[in-house]
Amino acid sequence: MGGILVYALHSDDGEFNKNSLGAISEAAKLAGELGTEAAVVTVGDASDEACQGLGAYGATKVWRAKDVPEGLAQPIVDVMAKLISDEGYSYALFGGGLLGFEIGAGLTARLGAGVTMEVTEVKVEDGKLVSVRPVLQDSAVVDVGYVDEPGIIIGRLNAFDVAEGGSGSAEVADIDVDLSEWSTKATMVTRGEQRGADVNIEDAELLVGGGRGLGEKDNFKLAEDLADALGGAVAATRAVVDAGWYPYAAQIGQTGKTVAPRLYLAAGISGAIQHKVGMQSSENILAINKDPNAPIFEFCDLGVVGDLHKILPKLTEAVKAKKGS
Amino acid sequence: MKICCLCKEVPDASVQKRIDPGTKRIDRSGEKNLNPFDTHALEAAMQIKEGGEDVEEIVAVTMGPDSAVRALHKAVALGADRSVHLSDDALEGSDVCATGYALAKVLEAESPDLVLLGQQSDDGECYTIGAVVADHLKMPSLTQVIKMDAENGKLRCERQAEYGYDTVDVEMPAVISVGDAINEPRYPSLKAIMGAKKKPLDTKSVSDAGIEADRVGESGSRTAVLAINPPPQKEAGEIIEDEDTNETVEKVVLWLEERKLI
Repeated sequence: MGGILVYALHSDDGEFNKNSLGAISEAAKLAGELGTEAAVVTVGDASDEACQGLGAYGATKVWRAKDVPEGLAQPIVDVMAKLISDEGYSYALFGGGLLGFEIGAGLTARLGAGVTMEVTEVKVEDGKLVSVRPVLQDSAVVDVGYVDEPGIIIGRLNAFDVAEGGSGSAEVADIDVDLSEWSTKATMVTRGEQRGADVNIEDAELLVGGGRGLGEKDNFKLAEDLADALGGAVAATRAVVDAGWYPYAAQIGQTGKTVAPRLYLAAGISGAIQHKVGMQSSENILAINKDPNAPIFEFCDLGVVGDLHKILPKLTEAVKAKKGS
Repeated sequence: MKICCLCKEVPDASVQKRIDPGTKRIDRSGEKNLNPFDTHALEAAMQIKEGGEDVEEIVAVTMGPDSAVRALHKAVALGADRSVHLSDDALEGSDVCATGYALAKVLEAESPDLVLLGQQSDDGECYTIGAVVADHLKMPSLTQVIKMDAENGKLRCERQAEYGYDTVDVEMPAVISVGDAINEPRYPSLKAIMGAKKKPLDTKSVSDAGIEADRVGESGSRTAVLAINPPPQKEAGEIIEDEDTNETVEKVVLWLEERKLI
């Protein structure tokens, strides 16, 4: 039985990503059940201290490829494929996020390995890992096993909890890897550019989220007015952020922020999985959407099927009146 | 330059999707359509062509049963010059690993300068096929691209990643999967729809494409569905149909008050 290898993503400042820490914690837990070890691979310039610190999440060893750039998948496929072949890892595990999908998919092709994605839970059955994965807009959950090793597991965003407990320090080993010719043909020009105003949605207790259903950029005013009345902030879906309607800093979901406010009022948001993973832990979810088949109505606490252009202004007035009284 | 667009036939958005408990696969009966994300890939190809790049040909490529021909017709109506349909009973039940390999074999024979596809399919495997295909083809790849400019054999791409927007230069030949924010796909003209069936369509079997049969289908797949379960039950929320907006708002305010949210 080989170990579990986890890719840990870090920012340009060398700080490891929360979903990666969750994946390390999960791998350490599973490795314990399997009687093996969890190792980490990182590229670029994570410091010795930061790498050793991953021991606190259960990693025993950290492989660091300093000369390999962070932020693009294919060079990391080269690094991980080499480690899996040389060291005999049985599984590769990724926390949620775009790079994990790309690296995991590349490894699948390179190693002829089975892959599962959007995984929300990993179980041990008969000494092997089994991925649990919701499918068809979360209307069913499938257990997927691997025909042979290695198996690639790509988690859903926030699927794996960060468990900091151990006081252990991971052993750090630097490695050199020759990159494939095609892995060097994509180059990062700028990384992590912030677009639009810097807004803080993570500390808000009440959030009004706006989606495509608002119709146009100017209609975000309806969401802002309601948020003002409630004393909350405005968040947005990826679709409207990419369309330039609202700042990136307000984006919730797969590539945006994860929030858990006391109230999440979803205005014109269909509730696609990519958005859901960023807000499903909200205490109270209120959805307004004109499409009765929108997935958000499957997991909201109160759903209003109707025209938000009619409802939001009146709701704003009513909230103001209530608060004024 | 030659562009191949990967297309997929998916159950129509209005169809209630389910898993067939017998085969443990998605039940693909009922109304079907071209994966909406793939229409963005076709539109991106058309915009490169219309933007002045020398595009000799746009080829739509799919893998799927006989019915998938309709998705190819739609792709051609949206601008593809011809299409290739990989269709063989031996492919049924292929997982991501097997599907990516099979599609790569078809693409290899076309030797395109650019492979475009939608970043995800409406029905199943998310985000992954582009990167699988790219590694088989030994081409650089980027997924979830929302802006792309072709220039001198190079693509300047933008996308959202974990820490904000990344701008990445990619040399061609390359495999790029696009997000739905990249463009607004055009509607096909009536003439294009009528003419779609007359454009060349090449149907290939597994052996035609040089695919090793033991690497595809259920037996060639590296994963196996062990069980299908209902999702964890969450208590269903209350749903209000807005008929009288004043009344609706009253109910909503009451709900907010009960939960001490105002």
